[in-house]
Amino acid sequence: MKSPLRYLLIVPPLAFLGVFYFYPLISIFGLSLAPRGSWEIDKLYQLVANSYYLRVLWFTTWQAGLSTLLTLMLALPGAYVFARYEFRGKAMLQSLVTVPFVLPTVVTAAAFRALLGPGGLVNTGLMTAFDLERPPINIDHTVWFFLLAHVFYNYTVIVRLVGGFWARLPRDVNEAARMLGASRRQVFVKVTLPLLMPSVLAASLLIFVFCFTSFGVILILGGPRLATVEVEIYRQAVHLFNLPMAAALSLVQILFVFALMWLYTGLERRSAVSLMPAMSRNGTRASARSRFDSIMIGGSTTFLLLLLGAPLAALVLSSLLTGSGAGLTYYLGLFKNSAQSILYVTPIRAMANSLGFALAATAIALILGWCSAAFLAGRRSWMTGLFDPVFMLPLSTSAVTLGFGFIIALDEPPLNLRTSVVLPAVAHAMVAFPFVIRSLLPAWRGIPQSLREAAAVLGASPLKVWQAVDWPILGRAMVVGAIFAFAISMGEFGATVFVARPQTPTLPLAIYRYLTHPGAMNYGQAMAMCCILMVTTAIGFVLLEKIRLEVVSKPQITSKDKASI
Amino acid sequence: MKKWLIICLLVMIQGLALQAVTAESRPVLTLMTHDSFAVSKDLLKTFEEKHGVTLKILKGGDAGAALNQAILSKANPLADVFFGVDNTFMSRALAADIFVAYASPKLADIPDALKLDPQNRLLPVDFGDVCLNYDKSWFAGKQLAPPQTPDDLVKPAYKSLTVVQNPATSSPGLAFLLSTIGKYGEQGALDFWRKLRANDVYVSPGWSDAYYGQFSRAKGGTRPIVVSYASSPAAEVHYSDKPLDDSPTAAVLGSAAAFRQIEFVGILKGTRQPDLARKLVDFMLSPELQQDIPLNMWVFPAVPGTPLPEVFRKYTRQAQNPVLLTPEQIENGRERWIESWTDVVLR
Repeated sequence: MKSPLRYLLIVPPLAFLGVFYFYPLISIFGLSLAPRGSWEIDKLYQLVANSYYLRVLWFTTWQAGLSTLLTLMLALPGAYVFARYEFRGKAMLQSLVTVPFVLPTVVTAAAFRALLGPGGLVNTGLMTAFDLERPPINIDHTVWFFLLAHVFYNYTVIVRLVGGFWARLPRDVNEAARMLGASRRQVFVKVTLPLLMPSVLAASLLIFVFCFTSFGVILILGGPRLATVEVEIYRQAVHLFNLPMAAALSLVQILFVFALMWLYTGLERRSAVSLMPAMSRNGTRASARSRFDSIMIGGSTTFLLLLLGAPLAALVLSSLLTGSGAGLTYYLGLFKNSAQSILYVTPIRAMANSLGFALAATAIALILGWCSAAFLAGRRSWMTGLFDPVFMLPLSTSAVTLGFGFIIALDEPPLNLRTSVVLPAVAHAMVAFPFVIRSLLPAWRGIPQSLREAAAVLGASPLKVWQAVDWPILGRAMVVGAIFAFAISMGEFGATVFVARPQTPTLPLAIYRYLTHPGAMNYGQAMAMCCILMVTTAIGFVLLEKIRLEVVSKPQITSKDKASI
Repeated sequence: MKKWLIICLLVMIQGLALQAVTAESRPVLTLMTHDSFAVSKDLLKTFEEKHGVTLKILKGGDAGAALNQAILSKANPLADVFFGVDNTFMSRALAADIFVAYASPKLADIPDALKLDPQNRLLPVDFGDVCLNYDKSWFAGKQLAPPQTPDDLVKPAYKSLTVVQNPATSSPGLAFLLSTIGKYGEQGALDFWRKLRANDVYVSPGWSDAYYGQFSRAKGGTRPIVVSYASSPAAEVHYSDKPLDDSPTAAVLGSAAAFRQIEFVGILKGTRQPDLARKLVDFMLSPELQQDIPLNMWVFPAVPGTPLPEVFRKYTRQAQNPVLLTPEQIENGRERWIESWTDVVLR
């Protein structure tokens, strides 16, 4: 892209971040750290002086690193299977993999405990089978429990991001290497892995930041002895109302993540390999399976069903098993407003609200993500080096800090948005658009410039070049980004919890509401609402995938047609 | 496919448009509150019609988060009235100077024990007792006497039976810690917690996780004693999925066993509609709304003699001699108590 025009591309994302991220953040930092106009940095000094906070930072870092590595190891085979094979139930399974992403932590924790807790299915089963006194499996409040949960949540990031990239890698390179006598292992290490690297780095970057700012998972599953920086910020800001300390911690978190991202995005950029991608779908194969293929497919699907399927099945069961046997009592209960309460919302209304926010957030995230990625994929300069990690910052900022920032910054016209319904969608989009960037960038950087030039030389207009070269390659990555944006909004991540909002209850908020009062009916209805959330989200994913097949296959058909002529 | 998307967008736009239309014409009065606030729709409608006003309700997360937002927006208030400051947060709210005084005529109906602000900047609306709850059938099955007072929890027979919430992250958790400080004094309370730790107490981050994850009534839960509310046994009956003759749980309400959380309403400084705001405060203390409180928020109305629904009469009692610390004591002690609690129980 020609350079002066290219700079226009970063205007929308920068303006968006400026208004909805930097301005609120600077306002809250100013109020907290410089209440009387001059900087009072003793809190920052306390942070360094007190070894407790250093330990928290260290714990936060290693748990995020370990979670990322573990997810990568466990999910790469899954990504391979989804990228390379067609098998029955693939579409459904792929949708199922992403569903955990939207589940509220309390619910996930309950599902895991119903399976692995001291009184859970596995333990009671083992206790009766082997006549044991005490539950044999004891992972509650251990590191393993939240690592497991992090894998559960993030498995899909690898499958979607790396798998999507993998599917476009041409097979002929591998086959050539095999023909020249390389073993399967050598091909993977020497050919596939280097080619995959950009997407592997992009995916692990997202997972790392996500786990770094992990809040609920650590709080509930890790137990009260372990705290991440995010948990500590929440405690300081909400319970102690110690804003200077909360702001100081947020600042440390942001700077720390920024430094890591800066190193990391550089690495990702350097690992890009431009390569003629496989245009058609011959990358996957349906038949002629070797034993290796069967083992890969069988192993991955079994693992998936155990890790993701079992807790999800436990949720579905809890929504159906009532005190008086199996039935739809809880689902029917969702349609009754017994106390005539203003809190009550019909499942349909909650669904409509959730979908409304999710579609708006997805649209904003796609536009911003596309602009940013288009800029970052261009010629390397100090600006791409700087903005790449900057665009990741919203993901690494504590929700409560940003929420409080909105309150004090966006309080006057023309930006009096504090209580507007627009704000939740904006907050969701802000968390979502780094996902769109990371999914687009590896694909974009991989497009060989020569391909565009060839098309131009053959007389294609710039629009035609875009349509024939870029879009078929980027369309898929765009859909992957859209799926995450949609999921993030459906799952109600981030700042919106701390934004004063009028009566627009979404599905996750309805679930939380049921979970705040005792009684079997409340718990059952929360589970039923959860299942509705899962089904709505899964249908959303399937529809988004469908769009991809429609838009991406069109240009291919024309090119094939031409070839046949 | 595209059609489907367009339909979705249209539904959304229509929803927004509808909101815009209804919100026009009449003056808008905004009530800011926490996520657990609930009231009957019809009641709000009668208020709106009587005073020719549209009531907008803003929710700002849990009680602490909502109050902090109100304090932060002091210069340019988000709302006219704020409901949901409790006695554990009262000092913070008053120190921030965000409320104006209003001596509502309805205050005459409310006992003095609940009126904690002599200047009437914050007016009591309801109260709830945080206390231990236990699973009746679990204790019947084990032929163990259920706990009568918090003292029982540290006995060897009750090892590994209790789940509490972390006072650093949970409001009932903090209330229960405060009840032990009121009962045993600061030093005595720490001794109690040290013994409770030795007796394998389980600490959950919040109420939902404790009640629906660890309590023995939950799927996979193993502990028959949990910190909850005096009204929880009634809620168990009301929200049961099959008709019950008796509550499956009971509350421990002996002397100094419960902490009383009182919730207040106040008019925010800077409101442009002080008259309407006062009307709303009167309405919160009116017999109609007081009567509506129990089944919506599961706490007791502040006005004594308000008729209670049947489940409340049958399955709840108010604590006889609840712990009451002054808001100043709580504000001054909170950080230190949580800090030493964390040292004793967790580190």
